[in-house]
Amino acid sequence: MPAELMRESYPIQGGDFDTAGEISGELKTILRDLGIEAGSLRRIVVVAFEAEMNVVMYARRGTLTFILTDDAVDLEIRDDGPGIPDLELAFQEGYSTASDEMRELGFGFGMGLPNMRKNSDDLRVETEVGKGTTVFARIRLDAHE
Amino acid sequence: MTLGEIRDILQCEVLTEGDDLSLDVQNVVASDGMSEILAFARSKELMITGLTNIQAVRTADIAGVSAIVFCRGKRPDARVVEFAKKKRVPIFVTRLVMFDICAILYNKGLKGVS
Repeated sequence: MPAELMRESYPIQGGDFDTAGEISGELKTILRDLGIEAGSLRRIVVVAFEAEMNVVMYARRGTLTFILTDDAVDLEIRDDGPGIPDLELAFQEGYSTASDEMRELGFGFGMGLPNMRKNSDDLRVETEVGKGTTVFARIRLDAHE
Repeated sequence: MTLGEIRDILQCEVLTEGDDLSLDVQNVVASDGMSEILAFARSKELMITGLTNIQAVRTADIAGVSAIVFCRGKRPDARVVEFAKKKRVPIFVTRLVMFDICAILYNKGLKGVS
């Protein structure tokens, strides 16, 4: 296992659409200041933002943790939401269980999980109905699109 | 096209200017769905949307777009404009509808992203 250079965890408040995305915005600032290459930075923050929005939309609370190593950023987004009954279906582009309120805010068009997968080098989702969901994502830091 | 040329051809009002109106733009993402913007933005695209809430600016910042064009004359509120200033995201407002904006820019050689 590569050595951890940095690890931070942030609480996510479910249902708060006003501040939704703040953590990912802050993460972008931190990683940019650390000199992370632009392509990798964009992929990291897109995954973080989509995951953060999912927590805000579906759970009461959650946590976003990022771990920086020499060659990658690992994101772990854990929530106490309703869980995902059919993961395969949830990964289909366009499939969504979002409410009208979520859609009015510009989210819930069935692109969140596909976007996370597209921007990660490794993505794993653990979920249990009634308990919650955890997303593990790894994004390598070598330049790629 | 530069951001300045886009501002002129779309008859935009500039709410926040950002850093550089001479920035060259070649691609466009247009949607009211923020995940659609995130799915297709690579960086420095122009973002066209009718969604004027704070999430539109957050999405623009995360995606790294060059500017937001709000269509149909829709205006974000002052708090959203302040946030865009802080994030250095240029905001243009035009009375044109999304279809017409896309057609005008396409005819000028700009392309979508797929």
